[in-house]
Amino acid sequence: MPATPVMRRPFLRGSPTSSREYGRTPSLLLVTPLLLLLSGGFLYPVGKLFWGSIFAPQATLKHYLRIVEEPLYLLVLWRTFEIAFIVTVLALLLGYPVALAMARVSGRAATLVGACVLIPLWTSVLVRSYAWIVLLQRNGVVNSSLLEAGLIEAPLQLLYTRGAVVVAMTQVLLPFMVLPIYSVVSSIPDDLTRAARNLGAGGLQAFLRITLPLSLPGVAAGVLITFVLSLGFYITPALVGGPSTLMMSTLIGQQTTELLNWPFAGALSVVLLLATLLLVVVFRRALALNKGFKLG
Amino acid sequence: MRNGPAVVVAALAIGLILFFLLLPTLIVVPMSIGTSPYIEFPPHGLTYKWYEAYFSDPDWMAATWFSVRIAVATTISATVIGTLAAVALVRGRLPGKEFLQALTLAPLIVPHIVIAVALYLFFAPLGLVGNFYGFVIAHSMLAVPYVVITVSAALQRFDANLELAALNCGATRIQAFFHIVLPNIVPGVAAGAVFAFLASFDEATVAFFISGVEGKTITRKMFEDIDFNLTPVIAAVSTVLTLVSLVLMSTIEIARRRSDPDRRG
Repeated sequence: MPATPVMRRPFLRGSPTSSREYGRTPSLLLVTPLLLLLSGGFLYPVGKLFWGSIFAPQATLKHYLRIVEEPLYLLVLWRTFEIAFIVTVLALLLGYPVALAMARVSGRAATLVGACVLIPLWTSVLVRSYAWIVLLQRNGVVNSSLLEAGLIEAPLQLLYTRGAVVVAMTQVLLPFMVLPIYSVVSSIPDDLTRAARNLGAGGLQAFLRITLPLSLPGVAAGVLITFVLSLGFYITPALVGGPSTLMMSTLIGQQTTELLNWPFAGALSVVLLLATLLLVVVFRRALALNKGFKLG
Repeated sequence: MRNGPAVVVAALAIGLILFFLLLPTLIVVPMSIGTSPYIEFPPHGLTYKWYEAYFSDPDWMAATWFSVRIAVATTISATVIGTLAAVALVRGRLPGKEFLQALTLAPLIVPHIVIAVALYLFFAPLGLVGNFYGFVIAHSMLAVPYVVITVSAALQRFDANLELAALNCGATRIQAFFHIVLPNIVPGVAAGAVFAFLASFDEATVAFFISGVEGKTITRKMFEDIDFNLTPVIAAVSTVLTLVSLVLMSTIEIARRRSDPDRRG
């Protein structure tokens, strides 16, 4: 009996398991452009940089040894972590109250606080770094205000100091601390604090025993993002910092553009990247453990 | 419940921190309209000559158009590539999906200075330094994670049953995508496109390294001028850059709030 042409039933089209999923071949086709872009624009160049730091042209570790053997480079490495640490702590101290306020206020005040956090985030890092130069230079806004107020007699050297780098980086990265904390704090139900207060806890006690512990995942996320970003930050230290505030990022830039020592720049990049990845992995593991502990 | 003085002190402290946050964005505006050629605050007289200087300087204009062209091309390529990939990452059956997701986000985590130096070494022998196409590759790579994130979020909210219904009614996958899926994830795609535009237009670290003498972006030109010749023209350019960012970002923020189902009640 010849097969009669049956109209294909449309709902049988697509993959046999579920039409909600795209099959393997179309999925692979869809990600191919992304894979090409990431391989050509990211994996290959970064890999080439790392390769060049070891095989230049023969396998050698001398560029890595140089980082630990020369006191200057060890100092730079140490300073990078130190500045990133200070910036993160300052951002936490300044950012936590703002995040808390952002979650607690409502109406016009909420819009205002939100705008104050988002507008700097949306302003180019380059523009904000330039603004810090304007504020901190010899005849800048800060110095002239202090002079006018009679607090100082001669302009202070503020720009190109460690203080300038720390203050500017804190301002630039502060929104990255505020937003994760805000998103966690705003999801804590009000009932919890209210219940604590009904049970006799004071405002401070309710904060310390309810809000603070529950906000820790947000704090951890904010701290991680801020620390990782400060470790590799280039624009701000390059513009408001000086030779005494050389960090890993600015050292890599200097080795590439001024000294043309690419293998060494590659070695420094590997160290910076490994430090960053290590932090992300360790931190995420710590977060996961913390969560498990809380559930258990 | 409110205890007066403590609340006042707290509000004051938060006001100071917010001032610290806003100050750098706000300071460039009065700088750009002051008459003095030196940095002076508050300005003694008002003028728009620094804007005139910016708009009539061929170097600044060349850098600006170069940046705009790169940003537009980056927006198109990152949005298309990112949207396609997000569909596969959210809805597709892919081997090593988690690895792919991590790889997609990698350009956000890896320090930009490392990417910048690596791209410079890769591009220099190929003649892609200071080149439009080199920039589009670099910036698309930096911008594509934002598109994948926003489109993935939109796809996760999208009800796959709608697409299933279209398929049952005889539509092909491609028809279903363009007629059913895409219209529903347009807000996510649009937000991704705006992020991609700004990720390119405001990008400074990679642009600093892969710019050339001829092909340089507005951010590279600003960087050079800040280092060598600090005129109020930079403040004017900064104000223009900031306005572009604020207008674009506020647009998507407002659109997001309007379409937020939780707020519509």
